[in-house]
Amino acid sequence: MAGKSATADHHDHPTGLKRYLFSTNHKDIGTLYLIFALIGGIIGGLLSIGMRMELQHPGMQIFSDPHMFNVFTTAHGLIMVFFMIMPSLFGGFGNWIVPLQIGAPDMAFPRLNNISFWLLPPAFTLLLMSLFVPGPPGGDGVGGGWTVYAPLSTSGSPGPAMDFAILSLHLAGASSILSAINFITTIFNMRAPGMTLHKMPLFVWSILVTAFLLLLALPVLAGAITMLLTDRNFGTTFFDAAGGGDPLLFQHLFWFFGHPEVYIIILPAFGLISHVISTFSNKPIFGYLGMAYAMAAIGAVGFVVWAHHMYTAGISLNTQAYFVAATMVIAVPTGVKIFSWIATMWGGSIVFKTPMLWAFGFIFLFTLGGVTGVVLANAGVDRAMHDTYYVVAHFHYVLSLGATFGLFAGWYYWFPKITGYMYSEFVGKLHFWVSFIGVNLVFFPQHFLGLAGMPRRYADYPDAFAGWNYVSSVGSYISGFGVLIFLFGVFLAFQRKEKAAGNPWGEGATTLEWTLSSPPPFHQYEQLPRIK
Amino acid sequence: MAKSHANQHDYHLVDPSPWPIIGGISAFITALGLIIWMQSMDGGEGLFGLHGPYVFVVGMIFIAGTMFVWWRDVINEAEIQGQHKPVVQLHLRYGMILFIASEVMFFVVWFWGFFDAALYSNEAVQVARTEFTGGQWPPKGVETFDPWDIPLVNTLILLTSGTTVTWAHHALLHDDRRGLIVGLVLTIILGIMFTALQVYEYVHATFSFSESIYGATFFMATGFHGAHVIIGTIFLIVTLFRALAGHFNSKQHFGFEAAAWYWHFVDVVWLFLFSCIYVWAAGTPAAH
Repeated sequence: MAGKSATADHHDHPTGLKRYLFSTNHKDIGTLYLIFALIGGIIGGLLSIGMRMELQHPGMQIFSDPHMFNVFTTAHGLIMVFFMIMPSLFGGFGNWIVPLQIGAPDMAFPRLNNISFWLLPPAFTLLLMSLFVPGPPGGDGVGGGWTVYAPLSTSGSPGPAMDFAILSLHLAGASSILSAINFITTIFNMRAPGMTLHKMPLFVWSILVTAFLLLLALPVLAGAITMLLTDRNFGTTFFDAAGGGDPLLFQHLFWFFGHPEVYIIILPAFGLISHVISTFSNKPIFGYLGMAYAMAAIGAVGFVVWAHHMYTAGISLNTQAYFVAATMVIAVPTGVKIFSWIATMWGGSIVFKTPMLWAFGFIFLFTLGGVTGVVLANAGVDRAMHDTYYVVAHFHYVLSLGATFGLFAGWYYWFPKITGYMYSEFVGKLHFWVSFIGVNLVFFPQHFLGLAGMPRRYADYPDAFAGWNYVSSVGSYISGFGVLIFLFGVFLAFQRKEKAAGNPWGEGATTLEWTLSSPPPFHQYEQLPRIK
Repeated sequence: MAKSHANQHDYHLVDPSPWPIIGGISAFITALGLIIWMQSMDGGEGLFGLHGPYVFVVGMIFIAGTMFVWWRDVINEAEIQGQHKPVVQLHLRYGMILFIASEVMFFVVWFWGFFDAALYSNEAVQVARTEFTGGQWPPKGVETFDPWDIPLVNTLILLTSGTTVTWAHHALLHDDRRGLIVGLVLTIILGIMFTALQVYEYVHATFSFSESIYGATFFMATGFHGAHVIIGTIFLIVTLFRALAGHFNSKQHFGFEAAAWYWHFVDVVWLFLFSCIYVWAAGTPAAH
């Protein structure tokens, strides 16, 4: 071994590039995830503004080729799911906060943690490269939607663009599986003495359930897209009926992954919202155990509802009946969560700091999206709604607005802890209100468009849809302006350098991370905390 | 020792390491090489003026190299630095079990594809498929392997290898180094025999990998299993070298156990392949 003091120094204070590139520190890796997600979010957001610019008026606006619109749609979806929400909520906050909240000095596998991150930039690069190489005949990029259904993704897109997207998902999937293994091991084995599972903070519960979903769902995606790869390049016929295959098989496999995936996106937001609501209501969370097991139930039932994405794909009536019933069941644990958040606020001394505003926004928007979800769960109703803007409005209310508002609630809640600086309340609140108005303008009118029959994934539409599309596009510019306010707020916080206390939120903030300094030391809990 | 200061816990705070980022870059090179290679397969041009197979092989070499140095570090941390306290060993156990769980889900996909085709080969609404299969499984014209020929031998080989690896484990628990090594060597030989027989079988298949759902499901399911057998064999070979180098003792030998768990996992997957694909779905065996 090297000299004792030399090793200890280099262990404690890695500096410069090496500190981040070779990191084995959960907080530094969490920071990398957050920066990466910021870049992903900006690129994915710009793509969506491009889509709204195209749809602002009937007729072709900015794209000469409607295929390019579909490429934007596809890339927007994949980037927001795999390179914005997952790296921020699960990778970023999960890494930063889980060890702090369970009283652990780091993750169970610090080096594995780092490769989980360093697989993402290659994956993202591959996806971005796919935009510039040939896809379908006469066009560049992948335009088949984030679901990459066969045969559009096999014989319909012979160019290498689809292969780039597939390999990108392979790498992103490997990254998520490895970090899922890491989180489960950490949460089961590294809780501070006395912290039983039933005393564990709800954010940790949410990450635990999410990690199980990732662990069991992503290998299925990996297999499905491997079949795509061999169908495309090696002549297998998994999805080609002419060779005895079944195009529907891809949809089953994709949604067996895809439905748990939507819970992977939203569950960490569920967890952190509970902390924000409890902190700023100055009350413990209402029905803690019910909240924890509601998440576990959502995760478990989430595995057996996948074909509600496929009602119009030709599955049998009995199958549809089952999936309607199973899907409706999910409304029960979700209701437990929403009513428990409301009950937590009931009678509390509520403080409207920025994180609390975002949490309020989250509950409103997520509930709205949840309600349209119950509508869409009905196979009969869905026959009319399928692939219309009603579906687009629904999943953006739960994911884009639900998960992202949860993300920003967490951002403002933990920003002082992570950076050591206070953000500007004024800018934070301005960011909230501009975003809240903006996103509702984008997506609420899309319910009307969908009910009126406007299909998704088209670059053009009849004049009858012009009005609400115009409103929706204006809303997207307002939301984009909200992102600029957000970035300005981050800049301002680092420029003002207003020091944050260890616990800036007062008595309502009861989890362990608030017992540490802001930012916490490079290695926290050299002596493990004991939980009563 | 790296742990020099006031830590009051047994967790292993790993030193910074260059391998993860190098591993990520290697994965990128491999993926890129594979894409370029696939583009040039049917006489098409590659991409970016690169020769796909070369890029792919370079990437694979870097991945293998990363694995080598990474696990070398892990072994050194365990054997020399003594960082693997009981709680760290517990982490490793959880990690391996969870990894195997994710592998199980990966095999679920191939069985799903197989049963989708085998159970619904005669579904009335799937007109094109029914036309191809002739409404039966195996599809018309497909001559399958006789399950009671080489596949049965392979089953016996794998089951035997499960017992020899357990023999090695018990020898290790009794500090019997010679028994450990003999048990491992036998397991490795059986693993190589299995792979050799699979190769022999593949070469003599009368159905092809492409253009038929039978070949697709058969070769991808058994092929991924075969790849896992090879990985498991390499894992056992590494374990053998470590045993020869004097690693492991009766109290602490997680590296050995992980290899054994992985081997049993591969064994169980084979039993499902054998009973479902070879026996249950056996058609008319090809003459040989």
